[in-house]
Amino acid sequence: MQPFSGLSLLKRGLTGQRGWTAQWRHPEPKSAYDAIIIGGGGHGLGAAYYLASEHRFGSVAVLEKGWIGGGNTGRNTTIIRSNYLFDESAALYDHAVKLWESLSQTLNYNVMFSQRGVLMLAHSVHDVQVSKRHVHANRAAGVDNEWLTPEEAQAFCPPLNIGDIRYPVLGAALQRRGGTARHDAVAWGYARAADALGVDIIENCAVTGILRNADGSVAGVETTRGPISARRVGVAAAGHSSVVMKMAGVELPLESYPLQALVSEPVKPVFPCVVMSNTIHAYISQSDKGELVIGAGTDAYTSYTQRGGLHISSHALEAVCELFPMFRRLRMLRNWGGIVDVTPDRSPIIAKTPVPGLYVNCGWGTGGFKATPGAAHVFAWTIARDEPHPINAPFTLERFRDGNLIDEAAAAAVAH
Amino acid sequence: MLLIDCPYCGERPELEFVYGGQAHIARPAQSAELSAQQWSDYLYRRDNTRGPHAERWRHTHGCGRFFNALRDTTSDHFLATYRLGETPPRAPDESAS
Ligand SMILES: Cc1cc2nc3c(=O)[nH]c(=O)nc-3n(C[C@H](O)[C@H](O)[C@H](O)COP(=O)(O)OP(=O)(O)OC[C@H]3O[C@@H](n4cnc5c(N)ncnc54)[C@H](O)[C@@H]3O)c2cc1C
Ligand SMILES: [Zn+2]
Repeated sequence: MQPFSGLSLLKRGLTGQRGWTAQWRHPEPKSAYDAIIIGGGGHGLGAAYYLASEHRFGSVAVLEKGWIGGGNTGRNTTIIRSNYLFDESAALYDHAVKLWESLSQTLNYNVMFSQRGVLMLAHSVHDVQVSKRHVHANRAAGVDNEWLTPEEAQAFCPPLNIGDIRYPVLGAALQRRGGTARHDAVAWGYARAADALGVDIIENCAVTGILRNADGSVAGVETTRGPISARRVGVAAAGHSSVVMKMAGVELPLESYPLQALVSEPVKPVFPCVVMSNTIHAYISQSDKGELVIGAGTDAYTSYTQRGGLHISSHALEAVCELFPMFRRLRMLRNWGGIVDVTPDRSPIIAKTPVPGLYVNCGWGTGGFKATPGAAHVFAWTIARDEPHPINAPFTLERFRDGNLIDEAAAAAVAH
Repeated sequence: MLLIDCPYCGERPELEFVYGGQAHIARPAQSAELSAQQWSDYLYRRDNTRGPHAERWRHTHGCGRFFNALRDTTSDHFLATYRLGETPPRAPDESAS
């Protein structure tokens, strides 16, 4: 691997940017690996990286049906925070935030993690009570989160309209350690670092079946590029988790919905932080390119179309224009959708499955980008040791049978 | 926005409707005798079909009635809508994914 440094940038800059080499190989699939990861998003690539770096797990391949980062990893609004209500969730997401803090150094790849603060607005008495409950729960769990008055919120985010609007701003919860990162760089950084450790990253290779031994355990996968054997298979297929797991006869408590985002034309830096309004469904930040990145809600119905209804994104824009009147004349450049896999309690599943040797990391729904390094880290642990890391131990499939839900759905009552 | 053909009122915009999830899930009759796994399956497990999907809708801001629909979740195209109690029409190509 060609290491990146200030010196290498300077040298290439002075020599016409010649001499850069491909950042990862494009190998043909081998006939067998020790472990296969299905899905080349941040979670799958990250898991492969930690399998190779932390667990030295023999030969590892990532199989991606399209191009790496082409799923939700490359489609999300990149909001990172860890101020979830329940201790189990706060521990999982905060594990990720801690890894984010050093990820660029770990991968020798600038993922542009920016802790610019995430402001979550409250618009009703109910919102205020719920937000304050989160603030107290987080502080008890050792996760930073603080309550701001409307004036303090506006001082932190000057474009915010705290005047007399349809859903007035009654206050906000602020997590200063929250922020954003560059989504593509996360996929590429993990891919490059994993490849350097010998992981085969195989694009345009869709898994079409899961092969089993006579005793029921995993024997490998069937793909559009032929069968590949493996003793362990980890599934990180986001919106398509139900489809992939059905290949092994495992039924999941998931429903897949389209979720949309859009970006505006680029403008000079005007927006200092991330603002989320769960109640009126709009999420906004400004990328380093200058585009406003805006997240909308999910469609009402399940779908695999990777697009969403126009009324859903217009609704988000109406909310943004009311909260930030200065954006009313901005034009939108692009909008798109991704398919998110939602669990009944809005918490993920990172676990062993009833099939020996088959592991699943799914159910991240509308909010798994923030968890990428943490989820990948504990998923790799689970695959390598055939037992969960203490942090993901509560996030089992069996919790839906045993009644141990981690009910962030009831806690937030909205997408997150 | 989708145009949905209510079997009672005809085509109306999606905004008049509320989605009700996977159709034809019967509440178990002998609920006291169910195992935890059976309860969990009834409550939480869903087919999450990629392809023709039988699902419930309610024309909330219209006639107010429930009905079922067969929709291809790879295109959002409605293959059919039908009244409660009717058996789902067969999808044109069941093997389509
Ligand atoms: C519009 C939008 C906004 C979002 N905003 C946020 C946000 O602000 N903050 C946040 O934390 N989260 C957000 N999310 C959620 C977040 O994007 C996801 O939870 C996260 O990126 C999931 O990562 P992943 O690696 O598991 O999935 P993906 O990146 O989707 O990777 C899964 C991969 O599996 C591949 N695959 C599927 N089936 C097969 C098969 N049969 N064979 C081989 N490969 C297969 C897919 O092609 C895909 O590349 C948002 C999502 C969307 C859609
Ligand atoms: Zn009607």
